[in-house]
Amino acid sequence: MKKKPPQPTTDQEHWIRLLRQMLLIRRFEEKCAELYSATKIRGFLHLYIGEEAVSVGVMAALTPVDAVVATYREHGQALARGVSPGALMAEMYGKQEGCCRGRGGSMHIFDAATRFYGGNAIVGGSIPLAVGLALADKMQGRQRVSCCFFGDGAVAEGAFHESMNIASLWKLPVLFVCENNLYAMGSALRYTQAVTDLAAKGAGYAVQSEAVDGMDVLAVESAARKAVDSVRGGNGPCFLECRTYRFRAHSMFDAELYRTKEEVEEWKKRDPILQLSASLRAQEALADADFEQMESEVAREVDDAIAFAEAGTWEPVDDLTRFVYSERRTG
Amino acid sequence: MNGAAETIKTTYREAVRQGLHDALRRDQRVFLMGEDVGHYGGCYAVSKGFIQEFGPERIRDTPLSELAFTGIGIGAAMGGMRPIVEIMTVNFSLLALDQIMNNAATLLHMSGGLFNVPLVIRMATGAGRQLAAQHAHSLEGWYAHIPGIKVLTPATLEDARGMLWTALEDPDPVLIFENQTLYPLEGELPVTAGPVEIDHAQVMRGGSDVSIITYSASLYKALAAAESLAAEGISAEVIDLRTLRPLDDDTIMASVAKTRRALVVDEGWRSGGISAEISARIMEQAFYELDAPVERICSVEVPMPYARHMELAALPQAEAIVAAVKRMVPTHG
Repeated sequence: MKKKPPQPTTDQEHWIRLLRQMLLIRRFEEKCAELYSATKIRGFLHLYIGEEAVSVGVMAALTPVDAVVATYREHGQALARGVSPGALMAEMYGKQEGCCRGRGGSMHIFDAATRFYGGNAIVGGSIPLAVGLALADKMQGRQRVSCCFFGDGAVAEGAFHESMNIASLWKLPVLFVCENNLYAMGSALRYTQAVTDLAAKGAGYAVQSEAVDGMDVLAVESAARKAVDSVRGGNGPCFLECRTYRFRAHSMFDAELYRTKEEVEEWKKRDPILQLSASLRAQEALADADFEQMESEVAREVDDAIAFAEAGTWEPVDDLTRFVYSERRTG
Repeated sequence: MNGAAETIKTTYREAVRQGLHDALRRDQRVFLMGEDVGHYGGCYAVSKGFIQEFGPERIRDTPLSELAFTGIGIGAAMGGMRPIVEIMTVNFSLLALDQIMNNAATLLHMSGGLFNVPLVIRMATGAGRQLAAQHAHSLEGWYAHIPGIKVLTPATLEDARGMLWTALEDPDPVLIFENQTLYPLEGELPVTAGPVEIDHAQVMRGGSDVSIITYSASLYKALAAAESLAAEGISAEVIDLRTLRPLDDDTIMASVAKTRRALVVDEGWRSGGISAEISARIMEQAFYELDAPVERICSVEVPMPYARHMELAALPQAEAIVAAVKRMVPTHG
């Protein structure tokens, strides 16, 4: 008779939840790529596949009262934050049941309930928004954290440097999270940065900084918890550089001439989902059957999201000019 | 307004200051943020003494980071505050244009109505002080091109005093352009002066032969021109647009329907400017009312020069307005 597997510990249950979140992002986006080819999704589509550990790890350290400001590669950030997969998929379909009524699309995902302030397609342009949200919290005496995600490309923008300086100068509760996937679109870090150790830049602004393995969700979560505690404790901003890698092309129009297949394959060996599931298996906290069940639950969740988007409706063209200005007169 | 209301002699600068002071006292969520607004007292001295009265949290000196502090204003507005961002000069606002256009004007729409941005941005604009080509342009017409924001151009003491609070109550971003030559302008302001509506243009002088449509500092040139035209028997109506976005078409068309001639005076450049927009609207909405083509007096299309005589030549002047009106209005018998 087979030995009864040990009950997972509280920690292991938490890690299994993290694994499930990463798997949901992965499978959701794989479907997005298919739906793009099927012309259900249009515009730009930037996939997060490979980078799931970053947003899943960071979001695990945040609470619902905190605010998140995201990038244009933000499906993973949105799902990890708890944005409904159906509303997200419907948004990419351009349906009015989408989280932004189809006004934003893939690059502009917003959600009030989870304090998810977008999806921003101007690289670096959303960083000051997080600093402003943090300023509002500080001025109103609220102990909340504003977390902004941005890529290594944004570190070359003035918005990053101006924001780091002001957030530090005013001791604002901001968590700066750099998803360093080594390429600003197709320009390698070594071709765009004089100092490629991005975490080192925090010192110039007296911002507590740390670089972490962005392919290891537990390492990301641990570093993020430490940073969030410090930020929430009123010690000013923190900067977390998560060293990660995007497995797919930059967008659906990218021939990937700027990197080798060998490099991509090398990074795939560090797949955050494979790493965590292997670790949980080794700990006997996750049986093959458990993982298969997780896969089928996630597949159903993605299918439900697609069905929701398919069943969605088109906003009447008569509504085109709504939401240019607020419909209520006073703010 | 009660004609018998008691007035005090004051300046445009003082009126702006009063509006700011009033807003800061009315609402704890209001704060002023920008370069040198605090310890220096404001580049144009409109916030002198505020840091002592309201403290450095609410009168917040910023680094020279226009992009970031404008974006921070947007974030703070979404976070429940009512920020007033001051940008020292309109040319500097170009460093913040990304935030104004790609975020402030756009977030409400991109988010499908989820997140509005109740932000006010004030900035000095305009030429006439020999500040040359990087401190003296009139770009408010440019900004008026952008859906999602409102563009106010207070010319009078009443508007300098009263537009700010109304802008702060607006749920969406409002840009207020203060022409820097107006700060020393003296005039009478009722002691009871307070918030004013921002939805309508105002007929500043009634007339029957031509409508001179203008805004901001050019208003005074138009009024001076109307005065000298009156001496020659030509009756010019002068309209202060007050708000460039949204434009008050009704007031413009009602005036044109009466006078049958329109002259637009705009300190911005002619090509693709707000004067072109106004002219096009008159053509679209009042073509059959017109007895003459719409004319425009705009700044000459050069970067603003430093030398006094050249700067004066580059700007619309009362003499040019008079000459244009005389071309448009048939000689009286």
